[in-house]
Amino acid sequence: MLHTVNKSPFASATLTQCLGHLTDGAAVLLIEDAVVGGVAGTAPGALLAECLKGHKVYCLGPDLMARGISEGRLVKGIQTVDYAGFVRLVTEHDAVQSWL
Amino acid sequence: MSAEDGDTPGVIKRFLFVNRKAPYGTIYALEALEVVLISAAFDQDVSLAFLDDGVYQVLAGNDPSGIGMKNFSPTYRALDDYDITKLYVERESLTERGLPEDGFVVPVNVVSRAEMAAIMSQQDVVLSF
Amino acid sequence: MAYEVDGKTIAADEEGYIVNLADWSEPLGALIAKSEGLEMTPNHWEVVNFLREYYNEFQIAPAIRVLTKAIGKKLGPDKGNNKYLYDLFPYGPAKQACKIAGLPKPTGCI
Repeated sequence: MLHTVNKSPFASATLTQCLGHLTDGAAVLLIEDAVVGGVAGTAPGALLAECLKGHKVYCLGPDLMARGISEGRLVKGIQTVDYAGFVRLVTEHDAVQSWL
Repeated sequence: MSAEDGDTPGVIKRFLFVNRKAPYGTIYALEALEVVLISAAFDQDVSLAFLDDGVYQVLAGNDPSGIGMKNFSPTYRALDDYDITKLYVERESLTERGLPEDGFVVPVNVVSRAEMAAIMSQQDVVLSF
Repeated sequence: MAYEVDGKTIAADEEGYIVNLADWSEPLGALIAKSEGLEMTPNHWEVVNFLREYYNEFQIAPAIRVLTKAIGKKLGPDKGNNKYLYDLFPYGPAKQACKIAGLPKPTGCI
């Protein structure tokens, strides 16, 4: 299952709530304001580093760019995808759960 | 759900409606309930999940009369008539909010967070509200 | 649009569903039925009253499938079937009977 999160973890608990519901093979994709949580050296970044030990974590590149976050500032292991990559992730997983 | 997307007509899919917001502050809870009732016409395998603030949707004793809104709690009791009987409430969400594991407006299954995660991963389609 | 009953004007939407559920009365129900070309019989009232009770209990007008099943359970299989209900309410038991009962259109009804 692909889990998408779109709220900033500094404003909403959805990232934590999502991370509590990952099963084997589940992946996390950060989009919209949620991409700010991918920055290394932050509290949500630490949660994601922990998550990366068992799951893949992705960030939508255009949303990073829009917020002036360069890939180099992301927690190591988070993969950046473009819109085509977003679509590919959706097709690669059997279902998508959006943590609105 | 239809022949148009390449599926054989009549195939039953597992649909999970995920409710994560408290009722009345936003329209999500009521909209989800309406979509669930409409979806019943399509004879699919429907489950409802209530977690995070969504657990407040199925608590007994909600009374929005003071804020000028229609109380849709009784409508959850009609779900049985629509053959929707799989309602799951997450235990940890209740505990985090200081809520007991009983006192719901409708019969529900209280499940752990791990069980809820498993239920989500078993679905063909997940609709989030 | 609107209905006139006992000198009072009752507001309704463009399809004839009344706006305020509290405005309903039996004479109004009969008037709505008449505007739909229906003469109310005890069998019609039985369905309309059933719908009003269902709405009071669950706060929704049931879908036709649910209505048929629930009527069958309460009033017997000879009444809990599509033919019986469509004979009474040719434009759709859920839709037409709800209008006469002063309820909103059933959820999921387009």
